[in-house]
Order: sequence, then structure tokens, then C-alpha cells
Amino acid sequence: MSPRLMKALINGLLIGGTVVALFPLLWMLSVSFMAPGEASALPPPLLPKHPGWANYRELFVRAGMGRYLLNSVLVAGAITALSLVFNLMAGYAFAKLRFAGRERLFQALLGALVIPAQVAMLPLFLLLKYVGLVNSYAGVVAPAMATVFGIFLVRQYARGIPDELLEAARIDGAGEWRIFVQIVLPLLKPIIVTLAIFSFLAAWNDFMWPLIVLTGQEHYTLPIGLASLAREHAQDSELMMAGSVVTVLPVLLLFLSLQRYYLQGLLLGSVKG
Amino acid sequence: MNSPRSAWLFLAPALVVLGVFFLLPVLGALILSLTDYDLYALADIRNLRFVGLGNYWELLHRPLFWSALGHTAYFVAVGVPLSMGASLGAAVLLNSPLARCKPLFRTALFAPVVTTVVAVAVIWRYLFNTKYGMANYLLGLLGIHPVDWLGDPHWAMPTIILFAVWKNFGYNMIIFLAGLQAIPPDLYEAARIDGASSWRQFRHITLPLLKPTLLMVAILTVSGYFQLFAEPYVMTEGGPLQSTVSVLYLMYDEGFKWWNLGSASAVAFLLFLIMFAVTVLMLKLSRHGEHPDGGPA
Repeated sequence: MSPRLMKALINGLLIGGTVVALFPLLWMLSVSFMAPGEASALPPPLLPKHPGWANYRELFVRAGMGRYLLNSVLVAGAITALSLVFNLMAGYAFAKLRFAGRERLFQALLGALVIPAQVAMLPLFLLLKYVGLVNSYAGVVAPAMATVFGIFLVRQYARGIPDELLEAARIDGAGEWRIFVQIVLPLLKPIIVTLAIFSFLAAWNDFMWPLIVLTGQEHYTLPIGLASLAREHAQDSELMMAGSVVTVLPVLLLFLSLQRYYLQGLLLGSVKG
Repeated sequence: MNSPRSAWLFLAPALVVLGVFFLLPVLGALILSLTDYDLYALADIRNLRFVGLGNYWELLHRPLFWSALGHTAYFVAVGVPLSMGASLGAAVLLNSPLARCKPLFRTALFAPVVTTVVAVAVIWRYLFNTKYGMANYLLGLLGIHPVDWLGDPHWAMPTIILFAVWKNFGYNMIIFLAGLQAIPPDLYEAARIDGASSWRQFRHITLPLLKPTLLMVAILTVSGYFQLFAEPYVMTEGGPLQSTVSVLYLMYDEGFKWWNLGSASAVAFLLFLIMFAVTVLMLKLSRHGEHPDGGPA
């Protein structure tokens, strides 16, 4: 095959793949601006005849989407903030602090990764029921406040911090907490950004656990609210597409603006051992 | 040198969270799976009875458990190779020196990964609508009769697989791309001088050097795909004719619809055991494959 043909073939395939990857998302955006019923026609229309915000208005005024959006922001925000603090502390301790049984404990944590999270969900529901946290934000946030993946990611990165730096600070009489806040955290900045987007995206997109623990509409996050709307409004494709836009757009924009950090974390996290 | 006490103070918050909200519940699930915990026990714990392996025994005699396992195995067996194939294909294209605008293509191909499963599953439900969906319209242009994608028991799972491939292939694409970039270019140079075709270069240089990455990706993807739940929940509600009920779907229904928490815990544990066995098997097979001629297969 001649190099020119090869080049055309490779770039053609890439363009084809991109069309397949993006078409559903662009179609969603376009249909969300159509009038009710407009998308149910043959041939399926690609662009709205008279683009308008009616579906979004309906969602926020009548379907309670504003509440779901607020809940998602609160829950994902709280999970991100809390899990960052806990994972950073633990990851740093596993990387740089000395204590008996450090390696064995860390191996045990990694070993726990083989257990699928769903195994814990039934007893966790009972536990939260007995302490009165079912159908509350705390019920979603609490189990996500620390993750083995996050601890692993921080540990990998923090191992690069030179011990001399920490020892020098100790000789100067700085306490462990001060060393962590003033010396270690600034050095961990790139991994903090990476971990923050990872946690936020995972919390925002999470479905099964919030579906189980959030039993009342007033606490629904966007995915749960959208799934329940989709069951009520199966025929209203325009309305549902507007709902999907509201759900997907925030994470898509977050990813696009911080893409470099996200992909770096993905690679760091996948190189186990 | 730090004091051990300070180290434990740094660890405490994360360990308490993981202990209380994960480790403890996992042990709880094991105990729960040996009891008949149901709606009556939920109301009054005195109704709880220890049934030994009874839940497991009953499950193994329930056709619905086996069909749920079968659907999940179908999803894994077809979905994982397709996903990995798409990921590897996209990574090879992106890695080619002839490809242009690489960062742009990479971002576009990765975009579905960060989207919310529920939201994009809703999109697919409309794109694969029998009457007005874009998929059937395009097939119609080629003269192919409309397919009842999500309403026909034979087509529902393939449609969900297609969706999963579209949604997930970008993730492994990034990992493969990093693996491909780690292969020294002079290997390909030498092969070209020897007159090896692109296919032979791929077969004899790329694949063997990528093998560790392939194995790791395969194991992670298989265990991810065993956890199929949100897709059927949103796209088919387990139907039609329960043809898309997965193991986790069964666990969810059993536990949170019928409140048979004992039997649902047994479902969860069986899934865990199966996933664990498959992982071990994959590791064994990959090691076995290396032995015959001493080098990579």
C-alpha cells in the first residue's frame, strides 16, 4: 500500500471513530432544543426547526431537576473534599512515615480491591438504617470518604518526596502535621488535582449505591432523578435529552478543562506493582 | 524520624472509613448470606434464623440465577473482546506516525468514558428506538429491515454490549497508547529493513511486547463487566422476558425490591467467587502460554 493511501486510510478511520464517539452526544444536544414530539419523525431530524429552551424550563420548573442538580453538586463536592483529605493523609503515611507493619497493611488494602463493592452494599444499607442515615446525603457521602485507589495513587506519587526534606524540617522542630501541610501538600499539588477530578467524576456518575440508599425524591442525585424521569417520560425524547445534557455537560466540561491531569491519573492508577 | 503514633494518626481517618463502611459490611454480608434475613427480620430481628448454606443451595437450584449468570457471562465473553479490540485498534491508529491532529482525536474518542452511564444509556434508548431511531433509519437506507433492538430478547443484550463498547473503549485505549509508545521505534525500523509487512510487525513485535498490558487490561475489564447493572436498569429494566437480567440486577431485585437480604447476599458472594476464579484462571492461562518455547507466545 502506498504511504499516501495508508495515510488517508488511517485518518479516515480516525474520523469515522470520532463521528461514532461524538454523534450520540451531539444528537442529544440538538434534540434537547427541539419542540416536544419533533424528534419522533422520519427521517429522524438532525437539527431543531425552531431551537428553544422549553425542555429545560419544563425540567427545572416542573420536574425538579434543579433540586437534583443541587443534590449532585453537594454530594459530589462533599465526597471530593473529604476523600481528598483522608486519602492524602493515608497515602502520605504509607509512602513516607515509618511504622511497624506498613507494607503488610498496604498489601492487605490492595488485596481488598478484588472484592467488588456491591458485596458490601446489603449490610451497609442495614448499618445505615440502624443509625438513621438511609435517605440522607451522609448515607451517600460517608462510604465514599476514603478509597483504596486514592490512597494508592497518593502513595505512588508521594514516594518521590526526598526524605532529607522531611528530616530537615523535623530537626528544625516542626511537628508532623505542620510538615504535612506546609511541605508535603504543596509538593503533591499535581496529584491533588488528578485525584480531585477522579473523585468528583466518580461521585457524580455513581448510580447503584445512591439508587439504593436514597429512597426519597428530595435527595435524588442527577443519575437517580434522570433514571426515574426516564421511566415516567419514556415517550418524551426531547425532555429526556435536555435532562441528559444537564447531567453530562458538567462532567464533560470538567474533563475537557483538566484533561491532562485526568489522563495522567488514569495511567498512574493502572500501572499496578 | 517520625513517631509511630503520628503515622497511625495520619492513617486513622481513612482506615476507620474503609473498616466501618467496607470491611465490616463485607464480613456482615458473609454472615447475612447464611441467614434467612427478610422483611420479617427487618421488622423484628427475633425472626432471624440461621440457615447455613441454604441460600446458596436454593440459588443453585433457581433457574433465574443461572439465566442471570448466563446473561452476565454472555456480556463478559462478547463485550470484553469487542471492547479491547476497539481500544487496541484506536490506540494503534492514534500511535501511527501518519495520523494527524492526534490530541483532538484522542479527546473525542475518550469523551464517552467520562459521561454518566444513565444519561448516555437514555440517549441510546432513543437512537435504537424501533420506529424513529437513527440506527434503524440508517439500516433502512441500506435496505435492511428495522430491528426491534431493545424489545427483542435476542437483540437486547447485543445492543447493551454495543453500548458498553462505545462507552468504555476510550479508557483502555489510553492505557494501550501508553504501552505502544513504550515500544522502541528501532524494533519496527529493523523489521521494515527485513521487509516485514505492517501486519507481521503488529503480530510479532507489537502484540508480544504489549502482552503484560493486555493481560492487566483484560483482568480489569472482565471484573468491571461482571458488575453489569446500570445499563440494563435504564435501557431494558431487565427485559424483554428477563433476557437482560444480570447477576447484580438479580441481587438488587432480590435485596431491595423483595427484601430477601440473606439470599441477595448469597448472590453477591457467588458473584465475587466467580469473578475471583475467572481472574485466577486468566493469570494461570497467561503464565501457561509463556512456557512451551521459553519465550512469549
